[in-house]
Amino acid sequence: MKPFSATPDTQPWAPLEQRPACCVPKPFIEVEQLSLHYGQKPAFHGVTLAINQGCITAIVGPSGCGKTSFLTSLNRLTDLIAGCRVEGRIHLDGLDVLAPQTDVIHLRRRVGMIFQKPNPFPLSIRKNLEFPLREHGLRDRERLAGAIETGLRDVGLWDEVKDRLDSPALALSGGQQQRLCMARALVLAPEVLLMDEPCSALDPLSSGIVEDLIVSLRSRYTVLIVTHNLAQARRIADYAALFWTQNGTGRLIEAGTAKHIFGTPHEPLTVAYVSGMRG
Amino acid sequence: MLNTLEPHPGGWERLATTFVWSAAALVTATFCWLLGDIIWHGLSHISWAFLTTPPRNAGREGGIGPILVSTLLILGVCLGVAVPLGVGTAVLLAEFTTDTSLFGRLTRRSLDVLSGVPSIVFGLFGNAFFCKTLGLGFSILSGGLTLACMVLPILIRSTEEGFRTVPTGYRLSAAALGLSRTTTLLYLLLPAAVPGLLVGLVLGVGRAIAETAALIFTSGYVDRMPQSLLDSGRALSVHIFDLSMNVSGGDSHAYASALVLIFALLAINGATSWLTKHWLSRRIVTV
Repeated sequence: MKPFSATPDTQPWAPLEQRPACCVPKPFIEVEQLSLHYGQKPAFHGVTLAINQGCITAIVGPSGCGKTSFLTSLNRLTDLIAGCRVEGRIHLDGLDVLAPQTDVIHLRRRVGMIFQKPNPFPLSIRKNLEFPLREHGLRDRERLAGAIETGLRDVGLWDEVKDRLDSPALALSGGQQQRLCMARALVLAPEVLLMDEPCSALDPLSSGIVEDLIVSLRSRYTVLIVTHNLAQARRIADYAALFWTQNGTGRLIEAGTAKHIFGTPHEPLTVAYVSGMRG
Repeated sequence: MLNTLEPHPGGWERLATTFVWSAAALVTATFCWLLGDIIWHGLSHISWAFLTTPPRNAGREGGIGPILVSTLLILGVCLGVAVPLGVGTAVLLAEFTTDTSLFGRLTRRSLDVLSGVPSIVFGLFGNAFFCKTLGLGFSILSGGLTLACMVLPILIRSTEEGFRTVPTGYRLSAAALGLSRTTTLLYLLLPAAVPGLLVGLVLGVGRAIAETAALIFTSGYVDRMPQSLLDSGRALSVHIFDLSMNVSGGDSHAYASALVLIFALLAINGATSWLTKHWLSRRIVTV
């Protein structure tokens, strides 16, 4: 069956073997010996992983193994959590992410994030996109309008909402809200997109649309997606990493190309997980 | 199908239902009786002249013009001081301290204790501090500042609650978009916290406008038209107290003044919620 297509030019996902060489295997984010604690409680420990530019990297694993915590440490959203301690090194295109002098506002502009639950602001559809753009210095009305239209077209939402840009964003359906959140992140032209189970709160139809959209972002953005849906990870990812809880803390068990992780994994845990025997 | 799930009312349930309904009816009836009594005795005295002319013969005759002006001035001073301080403290408590931090816990505990302090204590404090120590004397300024101290705990706590009910998702997604904390606070959290602020404001204004004990010691008794904030001014509640307790034959005007007080309270509540709705619909668009 042909998947739902968000935009006409969206490439449908191809089988693993025929996946296009979308991305050069050039690390854009390099994580070394990263550990995260909430107070005394460790979330994950000793994660070393390179995330390639322009690729979709899926992070899979059972609940509570530190996947989301790993994601939020990459844009330093962990700064907002009291008692959260991150150790190790994260380099994003040469930028030392964890260094105290790093400008987090600038970092978060380069690293966008989509959350599990769609969370548009309680403003109009237009204001949801205009607000972050204005905050980052775009004030010219015409350019704002142009950026908003491009953002909404990018996520296939323009035709659905162009006549009601001033109506409340919260009146949109769950799938539309999630696409609006993606547009809100995309209008800031980030280089990396972190996605925390972006489809899990959506119905299958909306989930399909959002999934196609993620595929269409390949090569333009470096995408890191946490997902519980192994079939989805298999469909869309170029690279995959398996997290697992061992001795009460999350660990990176195995990482590699999606072909390797879902086809010929080395680790017994990965074999058991991708075959559906565990997790 | 649903009917089979509903319990059949037994004796106890009938008794409980009767009790709950009677309790509610009793409360409503008491309020209606009180309001009815005030309207019955007071309405005939209400006129434009009553609202604008000064009282004569210790309030038995004339109107309540200067008293209304004093009351509004006291309320203005109270809100002008309490709202910025209250919102500021609420922001600090809700957004910049954690539930477990010593500072946060101490401040919250102090506010809870303060909100239970009898108004006469605030009155004596206001008299000692504002009237004497700061040398403001019996004045509208002293009265307004004392009332501000009194309503601050309610205002802060309910505004803080307002901030806390804003979903964490807004804060996270705002931070993830690289929005500064100030922008997030001003354009997202503050409008979303307005309902909480409104509840605090209505409760606070209700308490302030009806306050007698704290004002007798601070803003005083003088029923002349105030010329400045440093003049003594008689609040409406003090006027009602004086007419009903100290002035024989002042009952009818006490009733009329009480009616004005109740309507003023209703008008302020109505205006606050209308303003907030109007303001909110511009700032925040919800379904």
